[in-house]
Formats: sequence, C-alpha cells, structure tokens
Amino acid sequence: MVIDNVRKIGQNSLTFCYNLGSAMLMLLRAIFYIPSFKKELFLVIKQFFNIGILSLPIILSSAFFIGMVLGLQGYTTLSKYGATESVGQLIALSLVRELGPVVGALLFAGRAGSALTAEIAHMKTTEQLTSLELMGIDPIYRVISTRFWAGFFSMPILILIFNVVAIFGGYVVTVKWLHLDGGTFWSNMQSSVNFYDDTFNGIIKSIVFGFMVMWVALYQGINARPTAEGISYATTRTVVLSSLTILFLDFILTAIMFGGLS
Amino acid sequence: MDKADSLNDYIKIKNLEFGYENRMIFHDLDLNIKKGSITAIMGPSGTGKSTLLKLITGQVAPNRGEVFVDGKNIAKASRKEMLNLRKKMGMLFQNNALFTDLSVFDNVAYPIREHSNYSELMIRDIVLMKLNAVGLRGACDLFPEELSGGMARRVSLARAVALDPDLIIYDEPFTGQDPISKGILVQLIKLLNDILGITTVIVSHDVPETLSIADYAYLISDGTIVESGDSDTLNYSKNPHVEQFMHGLPDGAIPFHYPAPDYKTQILSEELYGYR
Repeated sequence: MVIDNVRKIGQNSLTFCYNLGSAMLMLLRAIFYIPSFKKELFLVIKQFFNIGILSLPIILSSAFFIGMVLGLQGYTTLSKYGATESVGQLIALSLVRELGPVVGALLFAGRAGSALTAEIAHMKTTEQLTSLELMGIDPIYRVISTRFWAGFFSMPILILIFNVVAIFGGYVVTVKWLHLDGGTFWSNMQSSVNFYDDTFNGIIKSIVFGFMVMWVALYQGINARPTAEGISYATTRTVVLSSLTILFLDFILTAIMFGGLS
Repeated sequence: MDKADSLNDYIKIKNLEFGYENRMIFHDLDLNIKKGSITAIMGPSGTGKSTLLKLITGQVAPNRGEVFVDGKNIAKASRKEMLNLRKKMGMLFQNNALFTDLSVFDNVAYPIREHSNYSELMIRDIVLMKLNAVGLRGACDLFPEELSGGMARRVSLARAVALDPDLIIYDEPFTGQDPISKGILVQLIKLLNDILGITTVIVSHDVPETLSIADYAYLISDGTIVESGDSDTLNYSKNPHVEQFMHGLPDGAIPFHYPAPDYKTQILSEELYGYR
C-alpha cells in the first residue's frame, strides 16, 4: 500500500514535470516564431477578431455592472462616515489596480480561453493538425503562434476598455442616480490616481494574465486527448487552471507593486 | 509484376520493430514499395495498418529497423528535411481531415498558397483543375459540413494531390462509402496513378476494390507480413491467415474469441464485473 502511494506520487510528479516541459517547449517555439508579414498577418487579424472583438460584449456588460455595484456599495458605506466625495477615488483605484485586470482576465479565460482550447482540441481530434503537419506545415506556427499573439495583444486593450466602462458605470450610479456632485467625483479621482503607480501597474498585470491564459489554453488544446471526453476535460482544465493562475499571480504582483516588496 | 520490377523502391522498410510500452505491434517487418506502382497494404482491423502509415510519414519512430522514403532514413531526418519530404507526400485521411473553417476551394488551395508564390489567378486555375478532376468544380463554394461523405473524400483527394506529390497514401479510402462512391474512388485512384505516375499506397480491408487496382499487395497479420504478391497469389494462398482474411471466415487462424479464461470456469465462479 505505502509503496503504491509513493509510486503514485513519483508518477504524478513525473507527469507534471513532463507536462510543464512540453508546455514550455510549445511556448518557446510559438514565441520565437514571428508571424511572417505576408502569410500570417491575415490569420493574426482573424484571430484578433475571434479572441478580442468577440469577447467585447461580455467584457463591456460585466464592466458596466461591476462599476455600478462598486459605486453603490462605496456610496452607501462612505455615507456613514460622511465621505461620499471619495467614492470616485475608491472606484477608480480598485478598478485599475485590481478588479479590472483580475475580473477581466477571469472573463477572458472563460470566454476566449475555453473557446481556443475546444477549437484546437477539436482540430486535433479530426486530424486537422496532423494533416497540416503532413502538408509540411508546422501547426505550432500556423495555429498556435497566431492565436497566441492575437490573444496576447488583445488582453491589455480589453482591460483598458473594461476599466473605462466600469468607471462610467460607477459614474452613472453615484452621480446620475444618487446625485453626488459630478465635479467632486472626477476631480477626486484625477488627483488620487497616479498613471505610473496605478494605471501602468494594472496594464502590466493584464499583460501577464493574458500571457498565462493564452499559454494554458493553447497547451491544453494541443495536449488534449482526441476524444469527446478529452475535449471537455481540456476545456474545463483551461478555465480552472487559468483562473487559479490569475489569482495566484495577482497576489504575487500586488505584493511586488503595492505591498512595498520592491 | 514487370511494370513495378523495372523501377526503384520509393519506400523501403527493413527489419522493422515497433510497439508501445506493453504492446508489440510490428516485428521483423520488411516491405518495399516500388516507384510509380499501386501497392495495397491489407489486414484485419487492429493489426496496426494506420500505425504503419505513421511510421512511413515519420509521425512516430521505429524501435528498431529502418524506414527509407525516397532514399532518406525518415527516423534520422531533421525537422526541416522531414517537412521537405512531406511536401512530396499526399495523404487521404480516414476522416478526410478537411479544414472546417475553410471552403472547398480554400481547402484545396491551402497547401498551394503555403508552399508556392503563385499568383491568386494561377492558384485559381490549379484548384479548379484539381476539383474538376474529382468532379466537384461546382462545389467549390461549399463548406465541409455541407458535403456528403463521398464528396468530402473527393475534396480531400483533390487537396492531397494539390501539390502534385510523388507519393500518395490512402488510409481506408473505401470505408463508409456507398457503392457509387467506391466505384468513383477506385477509378480516381487508378487514373491518378496512370496519368501522373504517383506512387500509391492503399491501406484498406476492402478486398475486392483494393485488389482490382493494386499492382502488388501485402497482407499484415500478427505484426508481420504473412503474404505478399499480386491479387492471384493472395486469392489462392494456402496460408491460413490469408485464406481466412480473403474469404471472410469468422473463425480460423485469427480467432473469433478475444483471449479469455475458460468459459465454464468463469461462468460458474462467483466473481462480479462492471459497475456496482
């Protein structure tokens, strides 16, 4: 019994190392392949549409609601202390530092990451990847790399849009509905949000999260077992693994950026 | 076969041994495929015919022995050599493997666009010619999900020959096809071989269709070649494996029963199976 369990631990750690290694190899090959202008630019733009533009509806609507909830919660709580004028500052800081990148990335993983995994796993199941390879075309370049770059560049843009829309949501609730003074709302926000410390760090977070989501999603897709069950397993894993990675890395990045570790 | 004998070998497999961790698939397998011939590889399902194709196309490497394609040892080829070699190969997949996000036209044009610098006008002409050869020029705007099984296979065939390969491999081309499609495919395979001189490998267990066009046939069973020759050699072979396969006998050298414990003992024992 004990020997069996020890053996299982060893086997699992070997599998883990193997997966990590092959995921790293895939990533390196995808990254160091710069899409050639003539043949792949069109493919990257197409993926930009699939990954970025088609994620906009969910990003826009959730951003708006999150902003509204933040405004409402912030206003009712701050009114107890008679500090309702700081609500603009509260909304903007919590969004650009934390909620924007994290919630945006979680939504991105659920919407775009799972779709990518399912697509690539299905291509693998129907031998489309093999047929590319047998045509003398490396699927890592044509399929993985184009999607990686498209996702990598869409993520920060999506997060910036998320932040703007969420702040607008907060504005609608606090100023238009609860009659807070609009000038106070904006000027408090303007004086308290620093571009480098807050906005820029938020962008860095979103770049890191986008990178991780794409990496996890693409590797899960290409490594899926070629069965219906395998596709569903891989898709679920993409969402679970990338969500956990996002939250874990968010803690690390926050500690470095805002926790005085640097 | 005089026609085949006078030409060189395009594929040469020597002393091949291959298996996964606990299952041996091939041992002592020797196989030669002559340039410009139609060679059939037949055998019951589960004998690793598709694995043999993977070995020939370099998707897996043999444990022992050598696989030469066009004079190159495929297991030792670098990635770049492999990709170059594959440009000269066409393959018809069992499930067609058409790109589902591209139209019929773009599917056939795909390998040409990838590997040439031809103008779109020229690519258009080539693709229409290929599609005309398989009788589907009129279907060029359809998408793979709109095609019937037989049409999808013909599109896949047009794509496989898009780059005018030296070698074309058919993986179970007749499976799941109606008699008309089978007839069309047999004719197309023969025609492509006759006109373009493409070395042709057919992996199949549809005996009459395959043997009607094959110059030479190999029969694989139990991980090795049990018989080879022209269609008469196979039809009149006295080897029990071959006889059973060619005439479709349910029991014989290849047993009907998967290895199992003694019937009576198992039924009378109290052991339980399955989900509980």
